[in-house]
Amino acid sequence: MMEKQSHLSEKKISIRNLSDREYFYGHKACPGCGGSLSLRLALKVLGERSYAVVPAGCMSAVGFIFPQMAFTCNAIISTFPGTASMLSGVAAGARALGIKDFHAVGFAGDGGTADIGFQALSGAIDRHDKIIYICYDNEAYMNTGVQKSGLTPIGARTTTSPAGRRLKGALTQKKPMFEIVAAHGIDYAATASVGYPLDYLRKLNYASKVDGTSYIHVFAPCPIGWGYDTSDTISVAKNAVDCGLWYLAEFSEGQFTLNHKPGEFTSVGDYLFGQNRFCHLQEDDLKAIIMERNAKWESICRSWSYS
Amino acid sequence: MHGQKAFLSGNEAVAAGVRLARPHVIAAYPITPQTTVIERLAEMVEDASLKAEYLHVESEHSALSACIGASAVGARTFTATSSQGLLYMAECLHYTSGGRFPVVMMNANRSLALPWNIYGDQRDSLSLLDCGWIQAYAEDAQESLDLIIQAYAIAEHPDVLTPMMINLDGFVITHTYELVSLPSQEGVDAFLPPFQTVNKMDLDHPMSLAFTAGPAYNQAFKQLQHQALLSASKVILDIEERFGQFFGRNYSGLIETMHCEDAEFILVTLGSVAGTVRPVVERLRSLGVRVGLVRIRYMRPFPDIEIRKALAGAKAVGVLEKDISFGYEGTVFTNVNSALSRSNVKPSRLLNFIGGLGGKDISAADIEHLFLRLKSTDDGETVAFI
Amino acid sequence: MNYPVWQRSFKPPKDLAEYPVGTAFPAGHLVETNASWRSQRPVIDAEKCSSCRICWLLCPDGVIHNTKPEGLEIDYDYCKGCGICAKECRQKAIRMENEGI
Repeated sequence: MMEKQSHLSEKKISIRNLSDREYFYGHKACPGCGGSLSLRLALKVLGERSYAVVPAGCMSAVGFIFPQMAFTCNAIISTFPGTASMLSGVAAGARALGIKDFHAVGFAGDGGTADIGFQALSGAIDRHDKIIYICYDNEAYMNTGVQKSGLTPIGARTTTSPAGRRLKGALTQKKPMFEIVAAHGIDYAATASVGYPLDYLRKLNYASKVDGTSYIHVFAPCPIGWGYDTSDTISVAKNAVDCGLWYLAEFSEGQFTLNHKPGEFTSVGDYLFGQNRFCHLQEDDLKAIIMERNAKWESICRSWSYS
Repeated sequence: MHGQKAFLSGNEAVAAGVRLARPHVIAAYPITPQTTVIERLAEMVEDASLKAEYLHVESEHSALSACIGASAVGARTFTATSSQGLLYMAECLHYTSGGRFPVVMMNANRSLALPWNIYGDQRDSLSLLDCGWIQAYAEDAQESLDLIIQAYAIAEHPDVLTPMMINLDGFVITHTYELVSLPSQEGVDAFLPPFQTVNKMDLDHPMSLAFTAGPAYNQAFKQLQHQALLSASKVILDIEERFGQFFGRNYSGLIETMHCEDAEFILVTLGSVAGTVRPVVERLRSLGVRVGLVRIRYMRPFPDIEIRKALAGAKAVGVLEKDISFGYEGTVFTNVNSALSRSNVKPSRLLNFIGGLGGKDISAADIEHLFLRLKSTDDGETVAFI
Repeated sequence: MNYPVWQRSFKPPKDLAEYPVGTAFPAGHLVETNASWRSQRPVIDAEKCSSCRICWLLCPDGVIHNTKPEGLEIDYDYCKGCGICAKECRQKAIRMENEGI
């Protein structure tokens, strides 16, 4: 069950009161990595009494290379499919041992969440295990060299969905993970973006107080995999929200709430063609993507509340 | 230290043993013929006679993954599975042993698909001998219960810190009933100290666990793991001796022998089929045929010294096993043959008998026939399906 | 200390006895720096800096520290030169300078 508070009455997390401690430091992530920023900020909110579970993927590959250990809080690598199941075990073990006031938090990529880790995530939500599951979405299997995942957006070029004369990159839409976990009746779920960091921090803070299962899906651009300058990670993450291809929302107590409604969408074309992975798309591909975006927003505005 | 007696199936005896060992976390997924273990455990959690976190996981991979997570914060854990489930968690088996997490697992030996078959053979566990787990094979419900309690002491020992798998033949042991002596809770509490380890995440001393080790360091970790499994041999003997002092039941170490001292013809086997071999040995002995039996109790660590000693004087040895490594020979045979070829004392004939696959019955007459084959001098094939 | 520092005197294990038990090792242990990755380094102009700390918030490596009472300083052992801080600074108080060869 969650605390029955409206979002507005929570103590606000701000840059001023966020911890100075670094919990993910000296890691080997690429310069400008959105995923590492999402992990770093999450642990600043959740604090030192965190057990972090990180599956095979970018964040584990860069954070635990013996003898260089980049996490300063407790952390463990899980098998690729096993993030949520290991989290359940950590939470159950700590509980059984009488350990109090801790967070069991997982940081899985899009592949480790929507594909190979899907089953375990579904089971953990079903059990209402008291865990926080964070999916850092860089829209492909980046650690292994940019292969297509279930969260690769339509039209994106990856090494296993190449763009050539016949096929134009990924041919399917992103799996709607936020809606899927919501359909489980999860205690709390949210979408976020490293381009809107204060919104992300607020949601992390909320999740830290949920007496049940939380899921945060944070949009985390990857300069190497997407093909843009390393310094643009934050602006790319912000543009995705501003042009409507990503949305900031929450789900709790059976209700969807949209957090941010752009007055007017910025250009989808500018967003897409600023990244190398989309540069092969034609006008009609762009039109199709915009139509899809419009349809989704129509549905959101029809059924979700807004605050 | 002696408790009551109860009429229990092998699975129920396992559950009784688990309750006495006081695990903190149980995570398991149902699969025939393991199901009654986790059903009994669920009932024990319901009536509060077992205080453990019971996780209804959605697969076997998640079952062992959850146990690893719990073990990684210092909790004592238990899981159980069989055949397809054991293979589904195969990645996690290596993960548990490489990470040196002392998880205890009961495996109901069952045939692996295809074809589909729910009956007992040992292909599941024997095909996974290399995964780094201690592997024990029980002959009956009493031994199953006792092995569960000993397993925590062995696995959690600081020289070992290796997970342990206790194998029960599907249906033959899991579902048949016998009178079992239950140790008292006070006795087990005194025998089994609480789980302590440095290999865990700790809020007072943050750690990084289950990390990456590249080419410069990896082999050393693996060598340490191998050494720990070898160390388990001595720890097993110490724990068994201690168990005997506490509960009055003594076990014979990594193998059990019957009439091997002067035997000319010896059958080596594991699990419940040994119970069929015993009366045949007695009968043939009464007819003047010098036969013997070796029951392997632990396949890992492998009792190579004990096997060499037991088989030293034999003329012919047959290894009877319920598995086959397709394209070559049975895995137990490979291990026994390797142990013998390291010494200069070798039986003149070493034969491999593959039987019982998919629950195929092995009768006393079949066993007698095997001894006759060992006794005869025909040059039959080394690997024979019976 | 709010962040781990480079353990310059760390000696890697040689004998088996020097290895840790299990795959477990103390957290926050750094044996090498990331400085060699960058071709540019950020330099904060203290005059222009308003201490809004956006750069501190958005650095993926967390190398901008709130350690000086009069402003922010950068741990150049671990800065990779990605340029996010310079790009996001509202005051344009950070410039990216080329590293020497």
